[in-house]
Amino acid sequence: MSHSATEIWAIIAVLGVGTFLIRFSFLGLVGGRRMPGWLLRHLRYTPVAVLPGLVAPLVAWPDAVGGNTDPVRLAAAIATLAVAFWRKNVLWGALAGATTLEVLNWML
Amino acid sequence: MSLATGKSAFLEGFIAGVPFLFVAGPFAFLFGVVAVEAGLDIPQSVGMSLVVIAGAAQFTAVQLLSEAAPIWVAMAAALAVNLRMAMYSASLQPHLGSAPLWQRVIVSYLNFDISYALGIAHFDERPERPVNQKVVYFLGTIALTAPFWVIGTLIGAAAGGALPDNALIDFAMPILFLAIVGPMLKTLAHLAAAVSSAVAAMLLFWLPTGIGLLIAAAIAMAVGAEIERRRGR
Repeated sequence: MSHSATEIWAIIAVLGVGTFLIRFSFLGLVGGRRMPGWLLRHLRYTPVAVLPGLVAPLVAWPDAVGGNTDPVRLAAAIATLAVAFWRKNVLWGALAGATTLEVLNWML
Repeated sequence: MSLATGKSAFLEGFIAGVPFLFVAGPFAFLFGVVAVEAGLDIPQSVGMSLVVIAGAAQFTAVQLLSEAAPIWVAMAAALAVNLRMAMYSASLQPHLGSAPLWQRVIVSYLNFDISYALGIAHFDERPERPVNQKVVYFLGTIALTAPFWVIGTLIGAAAGGALPDNALIDFAMPILFLAIVGPMLKTLAHLAAAVSSAVAAMLLFWLPTGIGLLIAAAIAMAVGAEIERRRGR
């Protein structure tokens, strides 16, 4: 990793303050007023707009296998998403993905 | 507030929060392992869990750092992941907004997916409860999970170097994130936002690390919001 200890602590401090301010924002400052609907409508999609984009390249081109598409990791990703969606449950999804990953890796 | 009702509200929240220990504990352990893998030392890993105290954002920051992304990109991407908490904050406001400032500060620090979800479900069910009982209930839901988030990170970070080298450990984080996203795909708008995010991030992957993600996220939020606007909720 190319980051100094000072940089790491700076990131921790900025993320700590920034995250707190996000959490405090409306609870702390808005009072009884209501946010505009268009803003709420965009904010509602924040997690599904960020997390898939973060993961997609890691699934498609994993560094661990030289950036080439790996059928084992791809299958594990699909199994995770499918089971988590179907069961509406994070742990079942993670378990399905981890099992798929380990079993296929052992077989292939 | 009588002491008895305050205690009982705390206990109710505490009991509702117990099952989540089994989610947060392993997740915290894994964060410790991944953070050390990415080059953080033990005080930094534990410090991040204590100060930032937000799982997905911490994983995002550490992932980008391990890819040698510029620090402002890691900061911006991790904060973007936490933007949803502004919505949590807004949604808790009608219930907890009249609590004293110091209580709202504590609630904000401990406003996680878990405490928010349990808290808002309870408040919608029992809106007549006095605000001090609502605050105490909210703190009860997270009283077990929050300390375990920090302790779990410490154990994971300490064990990280000692774990046998598993060729597949790189993929633990993608799996966890996908497992978190799965249950979130509740409507066509959520699904379309998720697909747009994944496709745009891959098309923009040639950009400097993390920047493509921010653009992809903005596009995906617009897609979700626009579909919701057209279909009505």
